[in-house]
Amino acid sequence: MMKNIGLIIELDNGKIKETNFGMITLAREKDTELFAVVMDADAASVKEDLESFGITKIVEVCLPKDRQSNPVVRAKAIIKVIKTYNICAIFGLSTAMGKDLLPRIAALLEAPLVMDCYAVDLEQNLVKTSQYSGKTIATIKITGDVLVFGVRPNAVEPVKAQASARIWILKLDETSLVSKGFRVIKTSEVDESTNINLAEADVIIAGGRGMKNGDNFTLLSKCAEKLTAAVGASRVAVDSGWVPYSMQVGQTGEKVSPLVYIACGISGSIQHFAGMKTSGMVIAINTDKNSAIMSNCDYYVKADALEIIPELTKLLEND
Amino acid sequence: MQLYICVKHVPDSAANITIVEKNRIDENLTFLLNPYDEHAVTEAVRIKDNLPGSEIIAVCLGKDDAEKTLRSALAMGADRGLLIASDKNHDSIETAQALKAAIEQDGNPGLIFTGKESIDAEGMQTMFRIGALFDFPVATNVVRLDIESGRAVVDSALSGGTANTYELSFPCVIGAGRGLNTPRYPTFPDVVKSKKKPVKKIAFPDLKIEPSTAGMNIVELEPLLQSRDPKEITGDAGEIAETIMRILKDEAKVI
Ligand SMILES: Cc1cc2nc3c(=O)[nH]c(=O)nc-3n(C[C@H](O)[C@H](O)[C@H](O)COP(=O)(O)OP(=O)(O)OC[C@H]3O[C@@H](n4cnc5c(N)ncnc54)[C@H](O)[C@@H]3O)c2cc1C
Repeated sequence: MMKNIGLIIELDNGKIKETNFGMITLAREKDTELFAVVMDADAASVKEDLESFGITKIVEVCLPKDRQSNPVVRAKAIIKVIKTYNICAIFGLSTAMGKDLLPRIAALLEAPLVMDCYAVDLEQNLVKTSQYSGKTIATIKITGDVLVFGVRPNAVEPVKAQASARIWILKLDETSLVSKGFRVIKTSEVDESTNINLAEADVIIAGGRGMKNGDNFTLLSKCAEKLTAAVGASRVAVDSGWVPYSMQVGQTGEKVSPLVYIACGISGSIQHFAGMKTSGMVIAINTDKNSAIMSNCDYYVKADALEIIPELTKLLEND
Repeated sequence: MQLYICVKHVPDSAANITIVEKNRIDENLTFLLNPYDEHAVTEAVRIKDNLPGSEIIAVCLGKDDAEKTLRSALAMGADRGLLIASDKNHDSIETAQALKAAIEQDGNPGLIFTGKESIDAEGMQTMFRIGALFDFPVATNVVRLDIESGRAVVDSALSGGTANTYELSFPCVIGAGRGLNTPRYPTFPDVVKSKKKPVKKIAFPDLKIEPSTAGMNIVELEPLLQSRDPKEITGDAGEIAETIMRILKDEAKVI
C-alpha cells in the first residue's frame, strides 16, 4: 500500500537548505508518496528543486506573518497537514529549528519520535540513531499511527530522482493558530553570509587548547573563510573564554557530520568525539603523536597547528 | 512556588559502554546526574533565592540506584526528592507519563525543569511530552530565564550563538541548556545535609499509567566503532599544507 510521507522543508532566505535533499533521499522508499511541506516560501519558487529529488506533492502552508516564527503554531500547522493528507510518517531536520518543532508535534500527537537519526526503514518501522554520546548505535522499533523523525543534517548523501509535483495550498483557520500561554517576543536573524552554520557545514576547522589563546582562532577563521568552512572548538577553548559556546563541538555542544573535520590542537577526548565521530574525513594537526585523535583519524600531521594553518590559508588564497 | 526538576541518572560520559543481551548496556559503571539537569537545579535554586518560600522538588524515574542522583540534586539545593522506582527502561512517552503522574500527585507545579536532553538516550523530547500532558507551554535549550510580571521570559538557543526570545505563562516547562548558568557544585556540608533530606519512593505500577499505543523500543545496540586508518602527512609546513590542499581537492572534493 502506498504510504504518504511528509517532509518539513527548511528554508534559508527563501532558498532550500542543501541538507533537506539528504533527508528527502532518506525518506524515499518504494511505495511512498512524498509530500513536501513548505511554510516559509511560495511552493512555486521551490518546486523545481523539490521535483528533482522525487517530491510529488507540495503543500504550501499559509501562516499569518506574525505567527510564522511561533514553533507552537508551526507544530499545529504540521499536525493539520498530517491529518489532511493522511500522512503516516513525518520527517524534519534535527537542526536547532527542528529540535524546537518536531518534539512539539510528537508530544501533541503522542507519537514516537527519534531525533538525530540517520537511517530509517519504513517497512519494519526501524530507525537508527547514536546513543551514549556517540559510543553506540541504537536500532529503535517504533510504533504509532504517525511516526516522527528528526534527521541528522548531512548524514545522508542526497541522490536525485526526477518527479513532477502538484502544489496544494493549505489555509489554516484561526483556531488552529493559537499558542496558549506562549508568545514569541523576538526571533533571531542569523546572518548566514558571515556565519556558516556549524551543524550544516561541509567543512569544519576546529581548535582546542593547542590554539593557546582566543586571538589565534582568527587564524582558523581566515582559513575557514577561504574554504567556506565553519569554525568549531573543543570545550577547553570555550571554557577558557576564547570562543563562544555556540562553537563547541562534542557531547555537550554541537553534533556535526561534515565531509571534512580538521582538528587543530584537539586531543580527541571521548566527549569531543561524541560530537564529530560521524564526520566524513578527519584530519588532525597536533604536536603530540600520542594524542587520542592521532590514532582515530584519516590523516594526521605531527606539527604545530599555528604554523600549518597559515600556510594552508596562503595556498587557498593563491588557488 | 513549587519548582519541580526532572533529573536523570546517566552513565558517566567518560565511561566505556559494554553492550549486554543485544539491547542493553552493562550498568556496572559510574552513573551521575545528567549534566544539563545540573543547570536546571542551579536555576531553580536561583529562582528560589528570589522567591522565598518556594520549594524545589527533584523527581527521578529510575532504578533504586538512581537515589544517588536524587541525592546529588539535593546536595545542589533541592529540598526533597521523589523516586519513581522501576526496574525497566522506559521510553520517553512512558517517562513523561510517569513524571507527570508523580508531580500531579505530589503538588502544584509552578515550573517544571528538565535538561534539554539526557546524555545517554539523547531523545530531546521529554519536556515537550510533559508539557503536552499538562497542557503547559514549553521552551527548550533555555539559556536565559527571567521572571517578569508573573511570566517567564526565556532565550531558547539556536545555533551560531543566536536565540529566540519567548514568553511563557506559568505553569510552564523549561528544558535547561548549557548557557543557562554555571552549575553550583555542592560543598561538603551540602552533601552531609542532603543525606537528611527526604526522598519519597513511589513504585512505578502504583502510578497506574495507562499504556500508550505508541512506543519506542531499542531492539539493538551496537558499539560505534571507528575504522579509520590514520595516514601520516609529513614534510615542512609548506609541504604539509600542499598535501592537505591536495587531499581536500582530489579526495574529499570540497574545494
Ligand atoms: C560531562 C562532560 C561533557 C563534556 N563535553 C565536551 C564537549 O562537548 N566537547 C569537548 O570538546 N569536550 C567536552 N568535555 C571535555 C573533554 O573531556 C576534554 O576535556 C576536552 O575535549 C579537551 O579539549 P582539548 O582537546 O582542546 O584539550 P586537551 O585535551 O588539553 O588537548 C590539547 C591538545 O592540543 C595539542 N597541542 C598543544 N599545542 C599544540 C599546537 N601548537 N599545535 C597542535 N597541537 C597542539 C596537545 O598535544 C593536545 O593533544 C566534556 C567533559 C565532561 C566531563
